Amino acid sequence: MKVSIFSTCLVDLMFPGVGRAMVEVLERLGCETDFPASQVCCGQPTYNSGYLEESKQAMINMMLAFEHSDYVVGPSGSCIAMFHEYPHVFAGDPQWEMKAIALKEKSYEFTQFIVRVLGVTDVGAKLEGSATYHRSCHMTRLLGEAETPFLLLENVDGLQLEPLKNSDNCCGFGGTFSVKMPRISEQMVDEKSACVAETGAEYLISADMGCLMNIGGRMSRTGKEIKVMHIAEVLNSRPAAVKGGIYA
Amino acid sequence: MSLKTDNRAFGVRTEDGIGDAFMRGAVGSAQDSLKTRRLTAATTLGDWERWRELGQQIRQHTLENLDYYLGQMADNVERRGGQVFFARTKEEASGYIRQVIENKNARKVVKSKSMVTEEIEMNHVLAEAGCEIIETDLGEYILQEDDWDPPSHIVAPALHKNRNQIRDVFADKLSYQGDETPEHLARFARKVLREKFLEAEIGITGCNFAVANLGAVNLVTNEGNGDLVAALPKTQIAVMGMERIVPTMEEMEVLDNLLCRSAVGQKLTSYITVMGPRAEGEVDGPEEFHLVIVDNGRSDILAGEFREALQCIRCGACLNVCPVYRHIGGHAYGSIYPGPIGAVITPLLGGYDDYKELPYASSLCGACTDVCPVKIPLHEQLILHRQNIVSQGRTGAADRIQMKAAGKFLSSPGLFGSTLRLAYSMTKLMSRHGRIVRGPGPIEGWIGIRDMPQPVKKRDGFRAWYENRERPDGAAAETEVADRTARTAGDLKTTEVGPKPGRDVSVEEASSRIGRGGDNA
Repeated sequence: MKVSIFSTCLVDLMFPGVGRAMVEVLERLGCETDFPASQVCCGQPTYNSGYLEESKQAMINMMLAFEHSDYVVGPSGSCIAMFHEYPHVFAGDPQWEMKAIALKEKSYEFTQFIVRVLGVTDVGAKLEGSATYHRSCHMTRLLGEAETPFLLLENVDGLQLEPLKNSDNCCGFGGTFSVKMPRISEQMVDEKSACVAETGAEYLISADMGCLMNIGGRMSRTGKEIKVMHIAEVLNSRPAAVKGGIYA
Repeated sequence: MSLKTDNRAFGVRTEDGIGDAFMRGAVGSAQDSLKTRRLTAATTLGDWERWRELGQQIRQHTLENLDYYLGQMADNVERRGGQVFFARTKEEASGYIRQVIENKNARKVVKSKSMVTEEIEMNHVLAEAGCEIIETDLGEYILQEDDWDPPSHIVAPALHKNRNQIRDVFADKLSYQGDETPEHLARFARKVLREKFLEAEIGITGCNFAVANLGAVNLVTNEGNGDLVAALPKTQIAVMGMERIVPTMEEMEVLDNLLCRSAVGQKLTSYITVMGPRAEGEVDGPEEFHLVIVDNGRSDILAGEFREALQCIRCGACLNVCPVYRHIGGHAYGSIYPGPIGAVITPLLGGYDDYKELPYASSLCGACTDVCPVKIPLHEQLILHRQNIVSQGRTGAADRIQMKAAGKFLSSPGLFGSTLRLAYSMTKLMSRHGRIVRGPGPIEGWIGIRDMPQPVKKRDGFRAWYENRERPDGAAAETEVADRTARTAGDLKTTEVGPKPGRDVSVEEASSRIGRGGDNA
């Protein structure tokens, strides 16, 4: 199966390990990957700020970048949810509406793709320890995918999942919201951090780097110890014995 | 009270809310307990999604045919001996009500809870005319006695007050001498209010739904005060926003179900009443019945891109799940309509001059849209407001410059490539130990309270890794990549470089890039 990797700008700028883990898992599961180099950003930062015309340029760039892809897979429920919004943005636009629909139909969040398209729930990952999972609002509510991360995490050998109190409350990231309304965002992320800390888990896992940057960054600042992992990195954690066989 | 409840700036109001530990505790625990109750009430009804769709269809159908149903409603009210007044503005609405009361030479008015009467500033107008107005909903009564403290929630207006504060209000204003036990407070209020009901000459109610084919008004309450307001005084005035209408009782039943379950997690509230002018042979009910149908900007909303906001049935469910409302409370919105629905309709009714911050008071998490029983796309409407605010040039110059620049570089592979190439060195002076510690505008908003990792060097980035690993000599590429990854992680650490033996590199890398987990700094 041919999969085009949508790395997302946060991964491009700051978290190469996440993109790498995603590629390695997908290839281990038999996918052939490519990376359309003209991709940039889904356009969400400007779109959510109300700058529609600026956003459309970013969106058009993405539609063109992935025009010839069979599947597009990204490590972010939020960015993929933005792709799924394109048909709404370009509704009635003779030039772009069909392309927007086409991109939506072939785009999947990473865990969603593994479960819904590849039909796999056990990727053979192993990670010892206790973890709690933060469900991102955009992945759960806008993309409508609440199940697949859990289906996959349940099968990670050695991983114990701790329930997170008020797990459906937003962490306070909200993209530009976090910098435009920093005081409100701060209250939200403080409550979320407290709930995360309360679980006593060793790892905080999510499928969105935006949320993880927010919660992890706040916990780091306030001295709350936790190891932050993107779910791709968790699913790419291998028993030491098979490590190194990744490229074989 | 008017639409506007506070003249101070949004930031000041927000700080007030954030600083009110009691209010936040009350709102938080109300949200938490309502969440379970609402879910239970929704699931026992069966396929909740189908019910929501039905609710949405009913509301949309009614809005599309609003002229027809309003005409039908008015005809039926008049046929039953009532009088109908269509008010284009809030002044017309409250002016008519004042006239009705003056014509009766009446002074004593009892009122059951109604948001639209707040919107049209009715209490103010009637007080000016020398009327004594008594709010009979317990929450509203408490607020009235507390010198008209504004409501902070659509359904539970005094949510921000605790029992001690309520006891103090009653003691100060009404010489109450009991303790703060809720039952005692309620019994006291009930005794005072009972006298007021019996004395009242005019009863004013809101209207949850007008039932067009009956010419009747449906009220949904828990305290029974609405029924007393409608039944005891000789004259009743019901006030409705012009969108609050259903074709028949069949649709009313669906919407009442959605309303009660969404608002308070009850199957039904204690009182579901359908009322109107007293018919011949009936033993109670008002002798004179007036229905005031208020437009006050709704026609414009109906004609525009925010029409779906008029589907609202005022259940308050969006407030009960909103994480922003949770922390700032209702007063921070500065409007009688707080929370997500308030952030959508307040700027429509009151304009962007006063309310342009409200659409930004949302992380766009979508909890409101998800919970809305009539499927108003609330978070999308907030984005729509933002688009209007931008297109009307109401955003600040700094915001415009940043966003235009962002638009450019987020749509240009070339510019983004340069950014990836330069990000590390550009942020070098702003960073210490792999974390950004200072920066312009938006970055300041972030790092003021959170750590932020520094962008990686281009050669350590994902794109470089992806390109390099595809070289034919796979083994060599792999070694180099592992080495580089270690150096990236090392950039973030002060004492420790590279992966620990026996652990996956990516685990270390992930945690060290954000949290303190892998960082000994």
